[in-house]
Amino acid sequence: MATGVFSGGRAKIAEKTLRTDRWWLQPALTVFVLLSFIVYATFRAFENAHYFAEPLISPFYSPCLSDACVKGSSLLGRPFGIFHVFGATFSPSLFILIFPLGFRMTCYYYRKAYYRAFWMSPPACAVAEPHAKYTGETRSPLILQNAHRWFFYAGLVFNVILSVDAILAFRNPDKQWGHMSIGTLVLLANATFLWLYSASCHTCRHTIGGRLRNFSKHPVRYKLWTYVSILNHKHQNFAWVSLFGVALCDLYVRQVSAGSITNLYFF
Amino acid sequence: MARKLKLRIWRGNSTDGGLQDVVVDANEGEVVLDVIHRVQADQMNDLAVRWNCKAGKCGSCSMEINGKPRLACMTRVASFEEDETITLTPLRAFPVIKDLVTDVSFNYKKAMEIPAYEAPAELKAGEARMAQVDVERSQEFRKCIECFLCQDTCHVIRDHEENKKSFAGPRFFIRIAELDMHPLDMLRNRKQKAQEEHGLGMCNITKCCTEVCPEHIRITDNAIIPMKERVVDVKYDPARWLGSKIRKRDGIL
Repeated sequence: MATGVFSGGRAKIAEKTLRTDRWWLQPALTVFVLLSFIVYATFRAFENAHYFAEPLISPFYSPCLSDACVKGSSLLGRPFGIFHVFGATFSPSLFILIFPLGFRMTCYYYRKAYYRAFWMSPPACAVAEPHAKYTGETRSPLILQNAHRWFFYAGLVFNVILSVDAILAFRNPDKQWGHMSIGTLVLLANATFLWLYSASCHTCRHTIGGRLRNFSKHPVRYKLWTYVSILNHKHQNFAWVSLFGVALCDLYVRQVSAGSITNLYFF
Repeated sequence: MARKLKLRIWRGNSTDGGLQDVVVDANEGEVVLDVIHRVQADQMNDLAVRWNCKAGKCGSCSMEINGKPRLACMTRVASFEEDETITLTPLRAFPVIKDLVTDVSFNYKKAMEIPAYEAPAELKAGEARMAQVDVERSQEFRKCIECFLCQDTCHVIRDHEENKKSFAGPRFFIRIAELDMHPLDMLRNRKQKAQEEHGLGMCNITKCCTEVCPEHIRITDNAIIPMKERVVDVKYDPARWLGSKIRKRDGIL
């Protein structure tokens, strides 16, 4: 039985959409960029090498929490032992990546991006989706999107750790303070982008004041809410910038650690 | 300077219809509704089109222009290329009545399902007072002109007729949000109702409603997502639920 734009009673139009612009471009770009990131991040998470070059550590491996971590890379100790899966050492990255991954997967902006680009629900506005049924986020597994705030809180912990990593990068390879390198700037930029991404998050906006019914009785929270609202306007931009930032930061540390490039020190 | 404009206009009713080509003069500064009226006057006298204010404030002339939900009175002819054919169809989420006119009564039924503002019992008429910061928040939602373009573009009902019975749509989520954020509203179960009766959980926040809104209301960011977060407060966040029970906190009921 016909449904959607072909339902009985609606205007009889054969085309699923009459849009004449390049509506497919944005979802196609999203698929390309997100797939590229997923491939790169998966490779790096399983590579289990080239993630630390004193004083720089890759954001994919920080905090490094297992006995498999290279010497000097464990800021918070090593609560996990060494596991082997199919003969290979279980990468320390795999202990922690679920948290930033979960934060981005449940992010309101990324949901829009991947629902449109990957699930085509819908691929673009006023372009018919291919699915026969639709229940949205009312059932498992998509009802788990409501866990976004827990990943947000976990993401804040990671932001603190990565900020500490950036501060520790004001040292030289001999752990002496008062030095600064390109790597320092790379880690600082990464931490800054992640803070902006978190601070502009819709859950942050809700927590800081959005849940109030009465702004006038909470002037401080109202003021903070207005600041977060300004950032929230740019949440999409921060989502992409921080995604590129974390990948490029990891790539830089990888190249330094592998000896492909030298971490140039300013002083 | 006048130009010849190529239009394809959908003509028909709920049982049959199709696109008809027509060429019409268009003058500088005109909008699509102007040329529709010229076609109506000179070439298709029985062409049905709903309109009223011609100023983007009544929400009557909603239609789909080159496949995009738009107001005909706010779409300038100059925004199209010289040789471009402009396709005009009725809203495709609602039953068509005739030509460019659709039956949008679905929206009025949904409006009646939203519980009204419930004033505090201790206040008499005229005694309610609100601070400006509290008023401002809901004023954005009051800009809605009920053109129903957001309802038309929302894929939950546009692509799934069967969802109409359980989904209120973005226009009514801003109404629910406005009331839930109202400091004096005494009805305390709007969040649960939004999720369980009005289908808030079906929205997957793809933001098409925001993209088409002629009043530039940030429907998704300022109404739907805040409501989703409020629903999480009462339904999916055990820590918040426990906190509200212990402290008897107002505002998350």
